[in-house]
Amino acid sequence: MDHGHEHGHVPGLNHQYEDMAQQSDTYIVGMWSFLASEVMFFGALFFIYTLYRWNYQHDFYVAHEHLDVRLGAINTTVLLFSSFTMVMAVQSAQLKERIRVMGYLAVTVVCACIFLTIKYFEYKSKFEDHLYPGLSFADDAVKAFGNHALENGHVAVNMNHAQMFYGLYFGMTGLHGLHVLVGIGILLSLIRLWYNRANTVIHDYVPTEMVGLYWHFVDLVWIFLFPLFYLMPLPH
Amino acid sequence: MSSTDTTLGELHPQPHREAPSYLDDGHTIASWLLTGDHKRIAMLYLISVTFFFFIGSVAAGLIRFELTSPAGVVLESETYNKIFSAHGVTMVFLFLVVAIPAVFGNFFIPLMIGARDLAFPRLNLASWYMFMTGGLCILIGYIAGGVDTGWTFYTPYSSLYSNTQVTLVLVGVFVSGFSSITTGVNFVATIHKMRAPGMTWFRLPLFVWSMYATSLLLILGTPVVAITLLLVIFERLFKLPIFSPELGGDPVLFQHLFWFYSHPAVYIMILPAFGVVSELIANFSRKRIFGYHFVAFSSIAIAGLGFLVWGHHMFVSSQSMYESVVFSLISFLVAVPSAIKIFNWTTTMYKGNIVLHSPMLYAISFLGIFTVGGLTGLFLGSIGTDVHLTATYFVVAHFHYVMVGGTMLGFLGALHYWWPKMTGRLYNDTMGKINAIIVFIGFNLTFFPQFILGWMGMPRRYHYYYFAPEFQAYHVMSSMGASVLGLGFILPAFYLTMSLINGKKASSNPWDAHGLEWQTTSPPPTSNFLETPIVMDEVYDFDPVSEHEQDMKDQAEHPSDEDQGHMPGGGHH
Amino acid sequence: MQFTNFPLSPPPASNFAPEYDAIFYVLVALTVFFSAVVGIAVIFFAVRYQKGTKADRSRPMYENLFLELTWTIVPLVLGIVMFYFGTSLYVKMRTPPKNATEIFVIGKQWMWHIQHGNGVRENNTLHVPVGRPVKLTMISQDVLHAFYIPAFRVQEHVVPGRYTQLWFTATQAGEYHLFCNMYCGTQHSEMGGKVVAMPPAEFAAWLANEGQSASPLSMDQMGAKIFNKVGCNNCHGAEDTLRAPSLYGIYGKRRVFADGTSQIADDEYLRSSILRPYDHLTAGYGETMPVYEGQLSEEDVLNLVSYMKVMGTTAANQPTSIVNRHSAPTTASGTNEATSLAVNAVQADATDPDATPTRRTGSPAVGAVAAEGRNR
Repeated sequence: MDHGHEHGHVPGLNHQYEDMAQQSDTYIVGMWSFLASEVMFFGALFFIYTLYRWNYQHDFYVAHEHLDVRLGAINTTVLLFSSFTMVMAVQSAQLKERIRVMGYLAVTVVCACIFLTIKYFEYKSKFEDHLYPGLSFADDAVKAFGNHALENGHVAVNMNHAQMFYGLYFGMTGLHGLHVLVGIGILLSLIRLWYNRANTVIHDYVPTEMVGLYWHFVDLVWIFLFPLFYLMPLPH
Repeated sequence: MSSTDTTLGELHPQPHREAPSYLDDGHTIASWLLTGDHKRIAMLYLISVTFFFFIGSVAAGLIRFELTSPAGVVLESETYNKIFSAHGVTMVFLFLVVAIPAVFGNFFIPLMIGARDLAFPRLNLASWYMFMTGGLCILIGYIAGGVDTGWTFYTPYSSLYSNTQVTLVLVGVFVSGFSSITTGVNFVATIHKMRAPGMTWFRLPLFVWSMYATSLLLILGTPVVAITLLLVIFERLFKLPIFSPELGGDPVLFQHLFWFYSHPAVYIMILPAFGVVSELIANFSRKRIFGYHFVAFSSIAIAGLGFLVWGHHMFVSSQSMYESVVFSLISFLVAVPSAIKIFNWTTTMYKGNIVLHSPMLYAISFLGIFTVGGLTGLFLGSIGTDVHLTATYFVVAHFHYVMVGGTMLGFLGALHYWWPKMTGRLYNDTMGKINAIIVFIGFNLTFFPQFILGWMGMPRRYHYYYFAPEFQAYHVMSSMGASVLGLGFILPAFYLTMSLINGKKASSNPWDAHGLEWQTTSPPPTSNFLETPIVMDEVYDFDPVSEHEQDMKDQAEHPSDEDQGHMPGGGHH
Repeated sequence: MQFTNFPLSPPPASNFAPEYDAIFYVLVALTVFFSAVVGIAVIFFAVRYQKGTKADRSRPMYENLFLELTWTIVPLVLGIVMFYFGTSLYVKMRTPPKNATEIFVIGKQWMWHIQHGNGVRENNTLHVPVGRPVKLTMISQDVLHAFYIPAFRVQEHVVPGRYTQLWFTATQAGEYHLFCNMYCGTQHSEMGGKVVAMPPAEFAAWLANEGQSASPLSMDQMGAKIFNKVGCNNCHGAEDTLRAPSLYGIYGKRRVFADGTSQIADDEYLRSSILRPYDHLTAGYGETMPVYEGQLSEEDVLNLVSYMKVMGTTAANQPTSIVNRHSAPTTASGTNEATSLAVNAVQADATDPDATPTRRTGSPAVGAVAAEGRNR
């Protein structure tokens, strides 16, 4: 590597930057640009969901009744709390309080794990009831709907549309869950960097803040997913 | 940097600090495959995209060969369908979207803004690996049988009916899409925050403006097609009902989502070429681009409006009349910024001091060919006329005019312009000029007859046309042209490679051009500049009046002038 | 190979064609004009202002708001004008008149089924009256297709799961190309046929006569017509090909089947081989033949069998090969005139086997709606 240019080798400053301010600013622009792409990624799915729900309101409603609102609400609370601890971690990074940073980040990781665990149980119950898209959905899942549809006097649910609901459910919460999992990995790496007093995080709080941005985004996606999937009003 | 810097034209780098060029800074394979240097990554991309272009071209050659006869020559329909699909997928996803941004954007954005590297070098390397992984996945898909869906993968054929390697190829496209997104993020952050002191937005070369606009499209458009193709894979693998009516889905929804990206994608392909053309016209007319601000903002306008016109690919898809009318209106609007650019570039040449080196010939060809290509887009943007022309060879001709005559000419122009800077070698400019003419002639011979074919009603993606033998004459013409065009694409491989072996060493600024990239050695050292430049002059700071006066004086005194380390006929002291 | 002509435009055969062509040629003129302006300017400047020429370069121009606005507003206005004309034509194309004759179209891999109101059905051919508006209501049975009649300047996708429409009024009698114009798989390019526009009186007679125009024919003559109409001639020609065996002289011959058994080809065998070809698949062939059960009446089958007994014995009895079907308008009556050219006549080398055997791409994908009556 060419080090023909000296800038006093500031710790934590990468070679392509002139000073820490430029590095931090660049990180911020980079992370927001990345989040913009994530918005488009999830946005396309939200669009598809909106379109199909608008067209198949009744079937989506019947299908959604098999989701456990309580578990969804617990997950929402857990994630919101984890966003709070994330903010606290960033503040501690600004104040260079290393132990507090690691503590808050650890709690954030614990919350994320609780979230994923609850999701695991939710998915498991759906699989047990055959409420997942696949070749035999129409035959297997009808047991889950059949009685209910008759109980409430509704017209029988269209199994294709119900399958679509569950396809979107697994697709969107699955994609979100993947982002939570990746987030756990990133958070653990961040804890490790703080533990090792790495230059990257000790001298500048912005990298920690960028992880925070990512985490808030993940939380925000869930804030949209929860009401859309779990809190449907009765269709007209 | 002043235009009268008398240290230009030196054969060797500035001696006050020895720094190896980026090519010499490490000779191991690891130093290339694990590099963070944007210039090395750009060269890695150059090798990759050239390889993929070659594959796409072989497919094109087979198509044109097969179409010389109405009942085919050597292929079965199934194979033919796989070949045109491979041609489209390879050229769109593995060449056109990637080539100019990943090669020339990566190499020159930091140089042009006076930075040492891009914002995120490791992300840049990861981006190349994502591209290669996706590309390899696609190639494996071809070897395992290929896809026969066309590069547009319309459902339900692609998701339920085709028995080909759709999943594998779509996984490849999906992965390579992340390369686009990360490149866009890198460019946006770099251009916003890493400009050298004095490099204000309006002193940026227009290439950088184009790359910025392109990056917006890369970041915001690519994720949509990524998720859409992922859903097609899920529909195939798990019968997830999304796009197939038998399962309750909507095939037209796929088209909306697909074109929401794929229309901005064509602007991803052309905006970088626009940027290149700005550089070429300015530097070879030796005159600042006319209407710089208008050209800069027109790129942003194209990026913005480009997101609002996707429905013009769907006028006859059963979308509603009202949707169609809105998309048509905005399509006419998006044509205007491109027209502004063409007029501005042409006017730049007025009262310029033009040197017709090979890069300039590519730029001039671009002006002619892209104008035709862009105007034929109006036939397709006007719904009444589109009804007859859509999905015919008219569309094929239109998009090849803008993609080959546009993007490819931009790529070749950039290659010929920046080759001395990237490799430190001069190539044979006469060969370059001859090649530009071959490409121009071959291109028009190949694709102009296709306008006529389309107008007469020949559909695209047709293997046979024995029921319409009146089409044959035009197909034969087109295929003959394709042979000439093919020659024009093969020749540079030879004379450019030869320059690496026995070309003269290039000076810092063999074209006597403007721009920070010419203020450093050819090739540049790894950290680009020995000291961070401080920019005090405007961009394209030529002085044509005094240059002209100097020329008149020179002509009177010295009939000929041989410069060392310069391209013959260019530059002056 | 034949280089018979260099046509430069499709025939203008519908009510939309005049308006369409006018807009088209205006756009051509605009394209030529602006391309010429740019091209000539660029070449002129490149020559005149080449380095070293004595042209006046004083007071170079770098900005000029007037010019910028001019070449922004003029193209914008021209664009809006063309948008207006294009849209108004489009609105007409989307607004069928109330008295339009309705015809129904079903697209499927890889043929068109067309059904007239009174029950007359045709495959790959659409008979329409001249001078009367016709509205097509279309749907696909499998994947996306598109119904495209270049001579009429009309096109619309044919979508599975929903109806789409297009309408036109034919203005000129004749035969015109019909193409499928949305890629739909292996035989996409062969999923075409013709549109036959007939004067109203002839059309009415054709329609009333169950889609036949000529006076009563003998059974084998009827059979010949059906043979060509439902597409048997696409694959069964004078000689065996990889796709299909020749049927010349089949009656009374022994046929060997894929499972090793064999049978003399009698009337019963010929009937079942048409309706359910996979009950006894001929050895050496794959699953390329469509199943005609449910598509042909017993009368049709009887006529076909009669024809098969005499097929190939005289020039007039040879099936019209699809490779010889010409696109130029033939007689206005729309009769399927059998040409005298045999399947292989177009190929210079008579020993050259069919170079493009088209096998269906295996069985339909899981979940795909099975083609009508097709066995797997």
